[in-house]
Amino acid sequence: MALQKVCGIETEYGIMSRGFDASPVTASSVLINAYAGTMPQKIGWDFLDENPANDARGFRLEQAFAPEIESHLVNAVLTNGARYYVDHAHPEISTPECASARQVVLYDRAAEEIVKLSMKSCSELLPNGAEIVAYKNNSDGKGNSYGCHENYLVARDTPFGRLASQITTHFVTRQVFCGAGKVGQETELDGKTVEYQLSQRADFFEEEVGLETTLKRPIVNTRDEPHCDPTKYRRLHVIVGDANMSEVATFLKVGTTGLVLSMIEDGAFPKDLVIKDPVSQMKRISRDDTLRHAVETVNGRRVSALVVQRLLFEACEKYLANSDDDPIGGDANDVMVLWDEVLCGLESDPDSVAHIVDWVAKRRLVQGYQERHGLQSGHPRLKAIDLQYHDMRESHCLASRAGLRTMVSNADVVDAISEPPKETRAWFRGKCLQRWPEQIVAANWDSIVFDVGIDPLRRVPMMEPLRGSEALTKALLDSSKTAGELIEALGATDIETVYPEPGW
Amino acid sequence: MTGLLHSRYGGVVAERTHKTRPSSSPREGQQVESEDAVASDTGDRIKAELDDLLDEIDDVLETNAEDFVKSYVQKGGE
Repeated sequence: MALQKVCGIETEYGIMSRGFDASPVTASSVLINAYAGTMPQKIGWDFLDENPANDARGFRLEQAFAPEIESHLVNAVLTNGARYYVDHAHPEISTPECASARQVVLYDRAAEEIVKLSMKSCSELLPNGAEIVAYKNNSDGKGNSYGCHENYLVARDTPFGRLASQITTHFVTRQVFCGAGKVGQETELDGKTVEYQLSQRADFFEEEVGLETTLKRPIVNTRDEPHCDPTKYRRLHVIVGDANMSEVATFLKVGTTGLVLSMIEDGAFPKDLVIKDPVSQMKRISRDDTLRHAVETVNGRRVSALVVQRLLFEACEKYLANSDDDPIGGDANDVMVLWDEVLCGLESDPDSVAHIVDWVAKRRLVQGYQERHGLQSGHPRLKAIDLQYHDMRESHCLASRAGLRTMVSNADVVDAISEPPKETRAWFRGKCLQRWPEQIVAANWDSIVFDVGIDPLRRVPMMEPLRGSEALTKALLDSSKTAGELIEALGATDIETVYPEPGW
Repeated sequence: MTGLLHSRYGGVVAERTHKTRPSSSPREGQQVESEDAVASDTGDRIKAELDDLLDEIDDVLETNAEDFVKSYVQKGGE
């Protein structure tokens, strides 16, 4: 039986300073501080259990990471359980741990609102109309890419080699409905010029499997840093995805991936549906917006990415029909309905899903504008439309004008800016931050460090992503008037003692 | 007070309260709010609105698109 797919998304935003000069690191720090500064107490990040150099294949790669251990400059933990920080030269938000694909959509939308609030605060702080603008995209069109990573809880005992080869089929072909679209190309292939692609990211992948995320990017990333009990779980760190503006695309991206991973865990993935030469095929699929490009499967069958997706859909349908479980938090039915809808639309007339699929929505704008003004391909205004599709300023965002279908209400998004998901350990983290910000020295995905006035500090480990939920911990929190009472109630078996780390 | 946050102490197992898919085909089990109606309407509406939308793009597109595209330079991330 597949594990419940606890999941989340981490998005690096593109950033621009307008009306003043600042390095991207400074601009990102100013942006985040403008928001975090409004919180009652800034909570540090606990780096004690961070191991980005651990490889799922069973070794460590020290040198690759030495120069790029994360900036400790700005690192805020929010009351909704999210993390908001500077990663390299970008502002990044990781959603809290979510229990369903719909919840990921909600917290991804809340993250967008947090970025917008940060931009607004900056505009008020900066003189003479200067502003910091964030873009929810993944490339600058000049060969520089930044990520939108997904994370899924998978069982440690699923053999990683099988997991990697089977999930690659989905990662290479799912771009037909979750690609965010791109004008132009950033890497050479077959000496051809490409006007428009399905994916922002396909240009940047060079390996099938590997540990890196910034160089020689692999389709399957092997970072083995589960942020939970490593004997039971992996966190599959997915780096191939585009940041979506369409809520339905985010829902489908996370929902279908959760289902396919569950099918792999349960040994129900169709074994002949592994495709040959996935790195090159990912680029070729991205570069053919007629969706006709055929890939070859390991048993020699030639099929388009759309057909591969239809076969995956049918395999999932069969898998779910034989199971009483819903491994994606109650969303399986809705995911299947929308997956079918989007595939039917793409099979008959891609323009019919312009309200769901980002690359289709963006292409309509780009092509419509090009025709209206008689512009040559490669005209900068067409690339400007591409970039501005992802602009986080309401006044400039083109995605918000493109008629995209929404899935979550504004009221729920506003709530999710400050309230954590109830079903995961994010609830305990968020509620503790709301109630006792002065007593929390540092927090992390899998722990909270309290200073309750006794030496040494008290660290509460949270190694189970589905514990710490409202159902499990509300009574405990309600009965604790102070952080000290909470620590006392948890008792010696549930807490550890630690000494302060630099930066807390 | 054990097991609420951490499993090695063998506490309460989180209840899995998610709903099970109905046994009917998912194509029939339309739980997403009236998707079909919304979809066909939206398709037509988007087509009709494309002209208005292109007008709007003229209004909101960066005035100097060439400079904007040139100056949009990011450092790699991740």
